[in-house]
Amino acid sequence: MNQDVNNGAAAPLLDVRGVTLQYKTSRHLVTATYRVDFQVRKSDRYILLGPSGCGKSTLLKAIGGFLSPTEGEIHLKGMRVNKPGFDRMMVFQEFDQLLPWKTVKENVMFPMIACGKCNRRKAAQRAEHYLELVRLTKFANHYPHMLSGGMKQRVAIARGMAMEPDVLLMDEPFAALDALTRRQMQDELLQLWEDTKFTVIFVTHSIPEGIKLGNRILLLSAHPGQVKAELAGIAEESADPARAAALEERINGMLFAGAPVAPSEAHHV
Amino acid sequence: MSDTESGFVRQIEPQHAPADPATLGVVEKPLSAFEKVYSVGALRKSFLILLLIVAWQIGAGIVHNSLLFPTFSATVHAFTESVLSGVLPERIWVSLQVLVMGYGLGVIVAAILTAFGVTTRLGADLLETLTAMFNPLPAIALLPIALIWFGLGEGSLIFVLVHSVVWAVTLNTQSGFLAVSPTLRMVGKNCGLTGFPYIFKILIPAAFPNILTGLKIGWAFAWRTLIASELVFGVSSGSGGLGWYIYESKNLLEIPRMFAGLLTIIIIGLVVENLIFRIIETHTVRKWGMQA
Repeated sequence: MNQDVNNGAAAPLLDVRGVTLQYKTSRHLVTATYRVDFQVRKSDRYILLGPSGCGKSTLLKAIGGFLSPTEGEIHLKGMRVNKPGFDRMMVFQEFDQLLPWKTVKENVMFPMIACGKCNRRKAAQRAEHYLELVRLTKFANHYPHMLSGGMKQRVAIARGMAMEPDVLLMDEPFAALDALTRRQMQDELLQLWEDTKFTVIFVTHSIPEGIKLGNRILLLSAHPGQVKAELAGIAEESADPARAAALEERINGMLFAGAPVAPSEAHHV
Repeated sequence: MSDTESGFVRQIEPQHAPADPATLGVVEKPLSAFEKVYSVGALRKSFLILLLIVAWQIGAGIVHNSLLFPTFSATVHAFTESVLSGVLPERIWVSLQVLVMGYGLGVIVAAILTAFGVTTRLGADLLETLTAMFNPLPAIALLPIALIWFGLGEGSLIFVLVHSVVWAVTLNTQSGFLAVSPTLRMVGKNCGLTGFPYIFKILIPAAFPNILTGLKIGWAFAWRTLIASELVFGVSSGSGGLGWYIYESKNLLEIPRMFAGLLTIIIIGLVVENLIFRIIETHTVRKWGMQA
């Protein structure tokens, strides 16, 4: 994971400029993020990292086109994002993101057929290929309720990747998994990236996860989310455990600058 | 993170080396014949039904008054006689025809109402008010109005049936749609689905457990309502369904035939609920692990 394939590309793949996001609850109008800027290049593993309430998930949903910014613009390949589309496939945290009435393979095929990108035969071929990548070939004809949480998330990842989107959006996909499965999934995701070099934006509130998975990290502050800093060249640091630990401390200090640090919050993987 | 390499961690071997699974006594063992039979719910229930029949036969023998309580054998005799003479099948046919028409129409009306209720805010409010008002109203109570509006005959029966089906189905379907998880909705939108494809590929399958529950409740209401209104109708009209068959038998003091009519109602109810709906369930919601 040492080489980063992001040198040379002049125009960013995804351009987020001055994005302010607001949503209404039954009582308040909440500002989730305030004038956030960042650019993602092809084959980036871009991490949105911040404490809960920094609007990172909301930001990801805006990139997905599920809500529109009150201020600012999001451009993907120069086209303005204004509605959901299959060029930005989303992987959610919730296990119920799979369609329970379809088998694992049909789930992976579903977007390809629904959007008219492939016919059934081609979709089936691709689904088989990507199920093999996430090592679920044996479970192709199972229904989602027969799978463990980690397997469900792997199906969702395969479903997103099979569409070969411009960018894969992952909203804390491993947050609901147990710690052991989580580490395993992180390794697998990196291996998948080694194989296909897809572009991914990954939301997390875990600093070690961000360091392990990302090559660039955007740090957001809480209430409302604003950019604190952007860190590049993470992959080189995370190769060495001691340097990774130092980086973790540094990020922790940046995120909670001024605030007393609760050790239990700082260190959960 | 790198504890294992630091040299402070000692590895302690287990006191027994793990046994080879092949040498263990029981890893997997087939159950005995009795255990297998006992675990089949249908067989246990059949056995109970058999017990009830025996109790009926003995109890009726003790009462020994075929006008009050005919024996099981007398009832079966009357049943086969009616079936062979063609009277009972004809009555069943009449009842089922009306039932299917009323049920079908009710489901269609429910679908239209739900469509309104799901698409617009005002439609949802209207639907909520209507279901709250009419759901507690027993369909039979509408029979007098139905008789005035549609006269004696099928029209009135179907009107009452539609009323009995619509609210149960609408209520369940709407709550099913509302309960579709936001994640699944976003998955559908993410795939570029909108309008009808979105409804048919995401919303309806996701709400299917509730829809099925609504259809089951609607069926149960419709079946009871039909028999009851046929009994009331029996007094004044010759259009004969199962309810009329029972009423007629009572008037002729053919009590075993009356019991045979009741038995038929039970059997049809059991077949629909435990066979037809059960089959639909095992092939859909149970297979998908999404039983409501």
